Amino acid sequence: MAAAPKTKRSADKAEREQVALKSLQAIATQVYTHLSKAVIPEVQLPSRNKGNIVFDEKHRVWKYGAEMTTRSAKSVDGAYMLLRTMYLSDFIKEMIDQNKSSTLREMYYISEGWDLAKFHSQDESDLLGEDLEVMTTSMREDFKLRPEENGAAIVGDLKVVETIRNNQKRTLHCQDDVGETGYHIPYNVEPDRLAFKDVKADFVVAIETGGMFARLVENEFDTKNNCALVHLKGQPARCTRRLIKRLNEEHDLPVVVFTDGDPWSFRIFASVAYGAIKTAHISEYLATPTAQFMGITPSDIVNYDLPTDKLSEQDVDALKAELVDPRFDDDWWRGEINLQLEMNKKSEQQALAKYGLNFVTDTYLPEKLTEMGILK
Amino acid sequence: MAGVAKATTLDGAGEPKAKKGKAPIAETLALAQKEISVAEFFERNRQILGFDSPVKALITAIKEATDNSLDACEESGILPDILIEVHKTAHADELRICVEDNGPGIVKRQLGNIFGRLLYGSRFHAIRQSRGQQGIGISAVVLYGQLTTGHHAVVTSKIGVGHPAVRVEMGLNTKKNEPEMFNEAMDESWTKPSGTRIEVTIKAKFQGGRQSAFEFLRSTSIVNPHARFTFLDPTGVKTVFERVTDEVPAKTTEIKPHPHGTELGTILKMARDAKQRKLTGFLTEEFSSVGSDTARKILSEAKLENVDPKDLSREEARRLHEAFAKVKIMAPPTDCLSPIGEQLVRRGLKKETEDVSPEFITTVTRPPSVWGGHPFQVEVGIVYGGTLPAEEQVRILRFANRVPLLYQGGGCASTVTVQDVDWRRYGLDQRGGNGMPTGPAILLVHVASTKVPFTSEAKEAIAPMEEIQKEVKLGLQEAARHLGRHLAKKAKRAKVSEKFTLVNKILPELAKKSAAMLGKPTPDLSTIVCKIMDVVWIEDPIVAYEKLEGQTVMVRKKAEKAEAGAPAPGKEAKGEKDAKGDKKAKGKATLEAFAEAALETAPADGAPAAPEVQQKPAHLAKSTITMTNYMMGSKKFRFFVVVPETSVFVSATPEPKTVKDRYLMWEIPAMKPTEKLALTYQVAGVEKGGVDDVETFVEGINELHVVGADPWRGGE
Repeated sequence: MAAAPKTKRSADKAEREQVALKSLQAIATQVYTHLSKAVIPEVQLPSRNKGNIVFDEKHRVWKYGAEMTTRSAKSVDGAYMLLRTMYLSDFIKEMIDQNKSSTLREMYYISEGWDLAKFHSQDESDLLGEDLEVMTTSMREDFKLRPEENGAAIVGDLKVVETIRNNQKRTLHCQDDVGETGYHIPYNVEPDRLAFKDVKADFVVAIETGGMFARLVENEFDTKNNCALVHLKGQPARCTRRLIKRLNEEHDLPVVVFTDGDPWSFRIFASVAYGAIKTAHISEYLATPTAQFMGITPSDIVNYDLPTDKLSEQDVDALKAELVDPRFDDDWWRGEINLQLEMNKKSEQQALAKYGLNFVTDTYLPEKLTEMGILK
Repeated sequence: MAGVAKATTLDGAGEPKAKKGKAPIAETLALAQKEISVAEFFERNRQILGFDSPVKALITAIKEATDNSLDACEESGILPDILIEVHKTAHADELRICVEDNGPGIVKRQLGNIFGRLLYGSRFHAIRQSRGQQGIGISAVVLYGQLTTGHHAVVTSKIGVGHPAVRVEMGLNTKKNEPEMFNEAMDESWTKPSGTRIEVTIKAKFQGGRQSAFEFLRSTSIVNPHARFTFLDPTGVKTVFERVTDEVPAKTTEIKPHPHGTELGTILKMARDAKQRKLTGFLTEEFSSVGSDTARKILSEAKLENVDPKDLSREEARRLHEAFAKVKIMAPPTDCLSPIGEQLVRRGLKKETEDVSPEFITTVTRPPSVWGGHPFQVEVGIVYGGTLPAEEQVRILRFANRVPLLYQGGGCASTVTVQDVDWRRYGLDQRGGNGMPTGPAILLVHVASTKVPFTSEAKEAIAPMEEIQKEVKLGLQEAARHLGRHLAKKAKRAKVSEKFTLVNKILPELAKKSAAMLGKPTPDLSTIVCKIMDVVWIEDPIVAYEKLEGQTVMVRKKAEKAEAGAPAPGKEAKGEKDAKGDKKAKGKATLEAFAEAALETAPADGAPAAPEVQQKPAHLAKSTITMTNYMMGSKKFRFFVVVPETSVFVSATPEPKTVKDRYLMWEIPAMKPTEKLALTYQVAGVEKGGVDDVETFVEGINELHVVGADPWRGGE
């Protein structure tokens, strides 16, 4: 059940859905078989925590290791989880049969009618959706579950060919055909829904905050430096990460990540470059191993003498947790994290405005990008 | 100046005499030195007697009057029925209080002494457990009324059928400490066969809350379960605090002073009044616990000849007093005490805490003990749960000789000792393991003694004596252990009942759903249920009570009651008999055989023959206990039910293997997985509610796999 996920992206949609159905059926069969043999039913899945992620040399991303968790009906929580799995599987089967899909939020509300199996929060239902992916190696899109639109966007010299309603294709240029908020990244960015054309941008700058994204767009950083700007909108959604990865893999665009200078932003970078702990089962599909962290680094805070805030208790705890996170286990990160702990300060991206509105595009980014070898 | 005068008068040296002195200044001073009567002294120091505030004055007045009524009823073997009325008057700061009892009444010639004279009473010289002692109480109320409102009290008393009810207005001459009576008359409206009524108008204030007249009566009712109080408050609300037993407490007996509790002055006075000619006779007859052997040892220790006690000099008396401490003397007798008893405290607590519907009540009566030559006994109770506030400090109900103590809680031995117990280990919150515990609980501490060491004359707090604190602590700890056990049991139940949800609700759903998804039949779950539960589940008993109207049941006489002596040393378990079914069932210990055997026994074949029996009207309790084996294998074990000592076994299905005074024991034959068994037993001679919270025990099975019963730690 917990075999390493095979990439089934190549298979066509109907086929993938059938595979997903079979996997769900297998879980139901296992539970049923246990019950009829008087064995307390249980399923196993890889532990989804920081302690169980290992570096996958082949894909150069972090994935779940060999440690397994058992969800057993011996405990009330485990039994509820199994019961919900049954209900959710049944619901997914129904959606596949009727060619419908639902948002994660809708799925949470659908569970209202599941009596004992109903979820108490959307976190619970989201988590179970992910658990199902981990157990079956199918992806939630194959389960007909999709996230809410999250509004992440891209601006740059490239065209997207998207499949719109009635299976029509439409081509948009991500500078000329979009407003100043850019092209909104849809939740499904698979090749059958979205293709790239005339990709003329040289590299990708992924930006954490909307404020900084708007600043770079207004300052025409994309046209002046021939790059694509992607708004991550905090912790990036799967589709945003997938889109970045496709630009990187299919069009060889280097990726740099530009965030605030605090521990939470380091994690945003890690989920883009290394793979997030929550989605480590599909890291090779979402993560861009060659993505580089540009800033704001703790060193930047010192070097550029940026306005700062004091670290909160949670910030310090998060930094300390990162010191034992295998993804940050290299000299550079250790140095930066320890530096930040030492100075006990953090800065936002927009703190660069201390030196004027153009400082970021005229000075900071060119300096940093040159340093990283992306600009000459 | 006043201080000097007081000291002089209270010295007990009689009238201060102006001595012929050389210092003229003393002569001048002497002119201002005059007698102050006891009454005048108290007039100026009313806080000593508990009249410091108008709110407190009301409670003190009610307390003094009810104390007298209860004591009088007890001494005459009457079930007290006391009416307490508080009326508004024309003046906002004055209240009229009437307390009327159905006691023996007071003869006319004594009315004045009792109500109109301080320090007069029958109990001051007697060494026995009683509420009032100094003879100050009720006359102080009369005095207080007279001082604050100018009204005389009105006393009415009838001493029996054929005697008239005498009504008299009562005042107190403070200079002479003498009663002043006016308008003596017959009260034609009096209807009770006997009783006393006092009406006083005092400066007082009525209010609610913890230190209120209402709470005082509620508390009084808890520790006087044989009394009925009817309270009419000034707003016209009438509350009846009903009695929970019809038994008048055993009459307390008077004892002689014990040498350890006797002061030098007292020895001198006793020696002066002695009727005996010899010291040995004086010692053995006037003191408790002194035999002729001990008396001789005392004399030898004191280096005294066996002289006439009247010839004892102060110096010799002093040697005698010192010898008391050195010679080993037996503890004073303790049968003079009258504890309320675990069962009655419990019922009193239950009745008066009904509004918070507590989940658990436990009570402990400690064996009698001795402090400074005075016998005493401690009783403790804990009320837990219900709607009691969980975030607040626990409430302590303090009592001394069946009287609630409402004030000066901080310095009281009871409070101090509560704070000294580490309550955390028994399931209450307590910061740092000492101080006041927090939690949904009420604690009760009752100290009964021939002499309660109060911190002041107002009798508001018990002085922290080491011996008393030790006993209170032991009592609290024992009761706390009961609470701890209850909470542990409850926690275990909660954990297991979660599993019940699992096996009874979630798993069947899981089976149904997975079967439906696969189009297969729903699998049978009984084995899995046992695998997950892995316990033998014993439910709380379901009890029905039937009052045996007009009937009596045979009740075994207890050793303690048969001989009115010290606590019975060895409680012999009488009436043990093997179930007749047991022998037949031998060799085929199956449930069926067990049940069959049980059926053969006639259900109500009366009480087993017991050596001593007495007739007693009581309830018949029929209790059913259901148990289920939720374990993988067959389970057999021994099951014990503790029954009240006063009860008598009637019948049981199936037949128990052993029937003892204190418990019944069944051999439960192997129960198959998911098999259920219901035990039913009937006992008579119990109080209503008496077997609601019986303790159950098991033996011969791993206790970790049993929910609802504790492991048996051996019999009596």
